[in-house]
Amino acid sequence: MTGMNWRHVIRTGLLMSLIVLLVSIIGMVETFDERDLVVGYLTLGQLLLFAPALFGGYRTVAREARRSPVSTLLGGLVAGLIVAVPLILLVLLASAWPGIRTYFPNISPALLDILSNGQGATTTGIGLLLLEMGLLGLIGAAIHLVPGALRRPLLTALLITSAVALFSDVPLNIANELLDRSIVRILFGTKGLTLAAAVGAFVISLLLAFWWDRSGRAALNRRQATQSPTQAARNRRIATLALLVVLLILPRILGIFLTNVLDQVGIFILMALGLNIVVGFAGLLDLGYVAFFAIGAYTTALLTSTGDLGLGMSFWVAAPISVAAATLAGIILGIPVLRLRGDYLAIVTLGFGEIIRVLVRSDLLKPVIGGAQGILNIGRPSLGSFELVTPQQFYYLILLGCILAWYIASRLRDGRIGRRWMAMREDEDVAEAVGINLTSTKLLAFSIGASFAGLAGSIFASRIGSAFPNSFELLISINVLAIVIVGGLGSLPGVVVGAFVLVGLPELLREFAEYRLLMYGILLIVMMLVRPEGLWPSAVTRREMHAAEEEAAREGIHPEEVQPIT
Amino acid sequence: MTTSQRLRTIDWIGVALWVFRAVIIILVIVGTVRKLFFGAGTQYTASDWIDFVVSGLSQGGLYALIALGYTMVYGVLFMINFAHGEFFMSGAMTSTVLVAGTLSRSGFMDEQPVIYLVLVTFAAVLTSMGVALLTERVAYRPLRRAPRLVPLITAIGASFFWQYLFRGLFGGDLKPFPVPAILDGRVTILGLEFLKTRVVVFAVSIVALLGLYLFVQRTKTGRAIRAVAEDKDVATLMGVDVDRTIATTFAVGAAMAGIAAVLWVLVFKQANFFMGFVPGIKAFTAAVLGGIGSIPGAALGGLFLGVIEAVGPPLFLEGLGLPGAHQLKDVIAFLLLVLVLIFRPQGIIGERLAEKKA
Repeated sequence: MTGMNWRHVIRTGLLMSLIVLLVSIIGMVETFDERDLVVGYLTLGQLLLFAPALFGGYRTVAREARRSPVSTLLGGLVAGLIVAVPLILLVLLASAWPGIRTYFPNISPALLDILSNGQGATTTGIGLLLLEMGLLGLIGAAIHLVPGALRRPLLTALLITSAVALFSDVPLNIANELLDRSIVRILFGTKGLTLAAAVGAFVISLLLAFWWDRSGRAALNRRQATQSPTQAARNRRIATLALLVVLLILPRILGIFLTNVLDQVGIFILMALGLNIVVGFAGLLDLGYVAFFAIGAYTTALLTSTGDLGLGMSFWVAAPISVAAATLAGIILGIPVLRLRGDYLAIVTLGFGEIIRVLVRSDLLKPVIGGAQGILNIGRPSLGSFELVTPQQFYYLILLGCILAWYIASRLRDGRIGRRWMAMREDEDVAEAVGINLTSTKLLAFSIGASFAGLAGSIFASRIGSAFPNSFELLISINVLAIVIVGGLGSLPGVVVGAFVLVGLPELLREFAEYRLLMYGILLIVMMLVRPEGLWPSAVTRREMHAAEEEAAREGIHPEEVQPIT
Repeated sequence: MTTSQRLRTIDWIGVALWVFRAVIIILVIVGTVRKLFFGAGTQYTASDWIDFVVSGLSQGGLYALIALGYTMVYGVLFMINFAHGEFFMSGAMTSTVLVAGTLSRSGFMDEQPVIYLVLVTFAAVLTSMGVALLTERVAYRPLRRAPRLVPLITAIGASFFWQYLFRGLFGGDLKPFPVPAILDGRVTILGLEFLKTRVVVFAVSIVALLGLYLFVQRTKTGRAIRAVAEDKDVATLMGVDVDRTIATTFAVGAAMAGIAAVLWVLVFKQANFFMGFVPGIKAFTAAVLGGIGSIPGAALGGLFLGVIEAVGPPLFLEGLGLPGAHQLKDVIAFLLLVLVLIFRPQGIIGERLAEKKA
């Protein structure tokens, strides 16, 4: 068969089979199988199992544009069958030797049931698995045979429907607030969409995507091209205002559960806005950022707690003091590291963060901050006799903090200090040579970044009502750093996007909890390989990150040789 | 010169750093003096102190072995391989669960304890090397020309990936490591009693360190590694395959981590998916302490860190009258790291790296 790249087909199949095998034996398939996407028809575990075969089939064609339909389908089929092979071996091995569980605890009978559709290691079970995977590969390849005008809307609709099903908690909670019980029951099962809702979502998104592809995008571009600058400015003002109104009424629509998630996202946005100043604007990689969060939280806890250790002050007095304490800590911890650069700075800040973590837990400070028992009965913020207790009420406090932080960060970025930070980020020596005082510039970045974390910590402590050492692990630092990087270094909207992706989504997928950090790891690597500038990059970073490629292009080297994307 | 002018010319940061250094030195001295001459805290006999030093030395040997990986990779790439602790963990987990578990249950361990230990080590070294090569190929090699922040972030990502992959594979509980009976109990050397495992660990790590030193100094591959560390472009011109040499460097460093992993589980008798993190940071401290990029430096730094960690809490922390001094062991290590990086980034015997490299 001419024009067929069998090596590519086999390699794709093998890669996908490796992925399927791994997600199976580390227990993801089984854990995710408890979550329905479409009630009675598809679980999340099955999606995880099927998606690689489907994608593998799709990928077999990606490199060669023109091929006969038969060989296209054949390639997909073969890739799909290859994906099935290790799973079949797994089923056979595990049913022949149950002792394998002592080594790999996640290779369980439940997993075998899922893999073999409840048939076990019988001819039927294996045949079904082979049939499934082969068909999926075939379908994946067949997508290429669909005419282009329909293919893109189809893929978009498929993605949107999967997303709606995956995060069905969001529409479910909104529907619970807004719609009648009987309608909700038609659309949602206990853990997922009903078939009707899934089909509906698919059809609607397909129509929308089709319309967008045909005329919507063109119409929008035309309107944007013809409007005058004053019109554009007015539109932007209206959009901002509308966004603000939506933000204000959001807790009413979302219900308690989703607002709670939103609160957590908000606290991380607040922290990430601060770290964004340190890492994104000033280019100082800080891995001990959680220290300032902890200082803010513990200061508020000590000042407002009504327990043995606290002073019982009001939140509104304690919060500014907490921010001041964190700022001061930023300066104090900043001074020793002023002369360090790059990796060394990262490691020293990591060291500081760990020192604080150990100290917080130790017996040494136990009389002051309670050691592992932490501090309880932290005071709630109150306005007169009205006390903030529910997630919805805290939402407004967090929103206020975020808007304030956003405003400060954007003003600083556009001001003199922002330019100094960025000059320093690009090259410290040059920055110093043109008369920038590195000491004050760095300390400002550290202290302002720390103050945001202090505020976040303060709000966090009073929202939870207690402060424990466990809440201030290194993981928080990494989490916040990941938000800043995934969103786009130095980009304010990026921070918000990053926080929703890295904090909000995992919170909605509680089934993910155990595998959240695995996903984090993969996400960080993939992000750096394919999109190092982040999801919503600032203009400067985008240029910087692709500088090497552009340079190579100028010198006549193919960019793929510089950054081979695997 | 007016007073305000004079004030402005003072290097305030320098003064602050000086004070910071002075405070810590004074604290250590005061603690030591109070302990030794005024008997603050618990009283220890001479043999207690010897025990502290010996366990510190054997722990330090482990740090040194892991530190080699950091130092060698830093030598060739000027990059902190944040995932190195995970190479160590992967070797420990795999050999503990797959090899040690099977062989001890089948009774092979009791019949052939030496072959058992060799097989366990073999498994650990192979796993660590495999994990290291995969990490290098997927997460580091494509990014060799990217800004310096980028590979550091993929390293953090790789670190999480391996931790939670191994948790998924083998489960999140503590995995007991069966230690053969020949290593139980104590041995008498020069009239002093030592724990057998401690002695074995120390001896093996010294042999491994020497072996690695000879490998790098005497073999052709070792020379290629040194050439790449010196100058990649010139090394290429001399016919050195740089990509291959870098991969070899990762593999050799990981092999040392694999040996360290087996010695570690011999001492602590258990493995866990999270066990790589703290030893990783400690070993990095050791590498920095000795002078990052230098192999004898890593050895020296590791031993020094091990001893000060073991002796420090009973000596000057108890001397200062701090409650729960043993909990603050990690603080000593991290504080040492911070101090070295701030005041003597070239380490004990390292040469000063050019600003752009550091």
